[in-house]
Amino acid sequence: MTPGGGSAALLEARGISKRFGGLAALTGVSLTIARGEIFGLIGPNGAGKTTLFNVLTGLYPPDAGECFLEGERLTGLKPYRIAARGIARTFQNTRLFANLSALENVMVGRHVRTRAGVGGAVLRGAATRAEEREIEARAFELLGYVGIAARASLPAYGLAYGDQRRLEIARALATEPKLLALDEPAAGMNATETAELRRLLERIRASGVTLLLIEHDVRLVMGLCDRVAVLDYGRKIAEGTPPAVQHDPAVIEAYLGGALA
Amino acid sequence: MSAQPQSGAGRFTGRWRELRRDPRFAWAAVLALALLLVALPFLTDWIAGRTWVRIAAFALLYIMLALGLNIVVGYAGLLDLGYVAFFAVGAYFYALLASPHFDLHLPFWLLLPAGAGVACMFGVLLGAPTLKLRGDYLAIVTLGFGEIIRIFLLNLNAPVNITNGPQGVNLIDPIHLGDLSLAQAHAVLGLELPAVYNYYYLFLLLTLAVIFVSMRLEDSRIGRAWAAIREDEVAAAAMGINTRNVKLLAFAMGASFGGVSGGLFAGFQGFVSPESFTIIESIMILCMVVLGGMGHIPGVIVGAVLLVVLPEALRYLGPLQSLVFGRVLADPADLRLLVFGLALILVMLLRPSGLWPSALRRRELAAAGGRA
Repeated sequence: MTPGGGSAALLEARGISKRFGGLAALTGVSLTIARGEIFGLIGPNGAGKTTLFNVLTGLYPPDAGECFLEGERLTGLKPYRIAARGIARTFQNTRLFANLSALENVMVGRHVRTRAGVGGAVLRGAATRAEEREIEARAFELLGYVGIAARASLPAYGLAYGDQRRLEIARALATEPKLLALDEPAAGMNATETAELRRLLERIRASGVTLLLIEHDVRLVMGLCDRVAVLDYGRKIAEGTPPAVQHDPAVIEAYLGGALA
Repeated sequence: MSAQPQSGAGRFTGRWRELRRDPRFAWAAVLALALLLVALPFLTDWIAGRTWVRIAAFALLYIMLALGLNIVVGYAGLLDLGYVAFFAVGAYFYALLASPHFDLHLPFWLLLPAGAGVACMFGVLLGAPTLKLRGDYLAIVTLGFGEIIRIFLLNLNAPVNITNGPQGVNLIDPIHLGDLSLAQAHAVLGLELPAVYNYYYLFLLLTLAVIFVSMRLEDSRIGRAWAAIREDEVAAAAMGINTRNVKLLAFAMGASFGGVSGGLFAGFQGFVSPESFTIIESIMILCMVVLGGMGHIPGVIVGAVLLVVLPEALRYLGPLQSLVFGRVLADPADLRLLVFGLALILVMLLRPSGLWPSALRRRELAAAGGRA
C-alpha cells in the first residue's frame, strides 16, 4: 500500500521503535489515525505514550520505523518542520513561555504561518503592519475560543492551572495544525474543568482538526475518543473502539494484572 | 472633605501621573531631550571641559555595543562573554582599509556598512558552533571565541603582516563624509564645532538608528521568536520556530551593532591595538546590559552611560581628597576601582533586576524569587 495517497489516513506510524540505553521505550508500534477522528492513546505510566509523542513531533529520532503525515514522510525532520507540516502539540507538564503574556504566547504560535523577517521588522511597511494586526487579532480570537480572553495580558505563569492548559491548546491551534496532539490535557483538572475541556475538544474536532490524545482520565477517553490504542511496556497491545478496548483481556491484564500480581 | 486626606506628595504624584498621560507632555519631553542631546557637547565643554565631550562620544559608542549585546543576552537569552570580538572585527576592518598600513583609504560610507556586514558574518561564524549549548557552557565557549579573535589580532603579523601585531594599526584615516572631515573644526550657524563635537553628533545619529532598530526588532515576529527561545527552546521548536536560524540571527544582529561601533571607534581614535579588546571589555559591556536592565532599551542605555561616566567621574577622587583633607590619602587609581566595584555590588544587591528593568524582567525575577 502506498502511504496516504488520498486515503482517509492523516497520520501513519509504522513500526516505531525507540530505546534509551537498555530500556525499550517503544517496540514496533504502528498506528493509523484517520482524518477528523479523536484518537486516544492510553496505557499505564511508563508505557511509552509520551515517547511516542516525542517521536511523532520530531523531538526524538526513532531507532526504527517511520511516520507519515498525509503520506509525506516526517521521520528525520526537525520539530519546527513537523510543526510547519501540520502537527502541533501540548506538553505533559505545560511548557508555556512563562514570562510572556497569554496573548504573546499565542502570537508566538502564529510564527510558523507568518513571514516578516528583519527587514520587515525594521522598516515595518504596510505588509508587515497588516501581518502584525492579523497575528494579534487571530491570537485574541483563539484566547476567546478557549475561553481565557479576559486574561490575555496576564503573564502565563500567573494563570490558574486549568487556564494554562487551555492557553497551551490556543497556542498550538495558532499554528493551524491538521493534527493536534494533547499530552494529558485533563491532568490536574477538576470535574467541571474536565467537562469544559471535553466540550472544547469536541469543538476543535468539529472545526476540522484531528485530535490525538494521551489521557489517564478513563471516562474522558471513553466518552470522547472514536478509537483508542493501548500501550504497555512500549508495545501496542490493543486498538479499537473504546468499548471493544475496555473488554479486551490484554488491556484488563495490563491495567489490573500488574496491580494484583 | 474625603476621609482620605492627601498628603502634598500624594497630590503631586497624582498630578504627575495625569501629566504623563497627556500626549502634549510626551512631545514636550521628546523635544526637551532632543535639545539637551544637541546642546550636550556645548554644556559639558563649558561645565567640565573638552575631555568630557570625548567621554560623551565614548558613552554613545558603548550604548551601541550594549544594545547589540542586549539582543543576544536580553532578547534571545544567550549568555555571550566574548562580545568584544565583534567590536574588534569592526575596528580592525576599518583600520586596515583606511590607513597607511596597506595604503588603502576606502571611504567611510562604504566601510561602515561593510564593517557591520563583516561583523555579522563573524557573529554567524562564532554562533554556529554554540547552537547546541546553553547557559554556562555557552558562556565558556563564547569567552574562548572572544579571546581567539584578540589573539589572532595580536599574532597575525608574521609570516605575512596583516594586523601589525601588538603595535596595532596607527594613523587611521579620520572619518570623512564626502569632503567633510570630522577631524577638523567647522563653523555651523556661527558656532565653532571642534572635531570631537563632530564625532559626537555622528555617533548620536548612529546611536539613534541603533535604538530605532532595536525597538523595531523587539516588537516584531522576530523579537517574539527570540523571547520564545529564551523562555523555552523546546516549546519554541514545537511551535514551528527554526531555533537554529533565530539564534544565529540574534548573534548576527548583535554583532552588526558591535561592528558599527568598532568602525566608529577606529576612526575616532585613529589607532587600534589588540589591547582595547580584552575580556574585561566584554565583561564591562555585559555589566552595562545587566546593570541597566536586561532586555529593556532605556535601562541598557542608562547602564552604558553610567559605566562609562562613573569610572571617569571617580578620577576626581584625588583632587577631592586634597580639597577635603589637604592631601591625597589614598591613591585615586586604586580607590577608583574599589568604589566602582562597590557601586556595582550595591546596585545588584538593591536592584537585582537592573536599574531600570522592563516590566517583563521585573515579573521574571519576582517569579524566580517566588519559586526559589
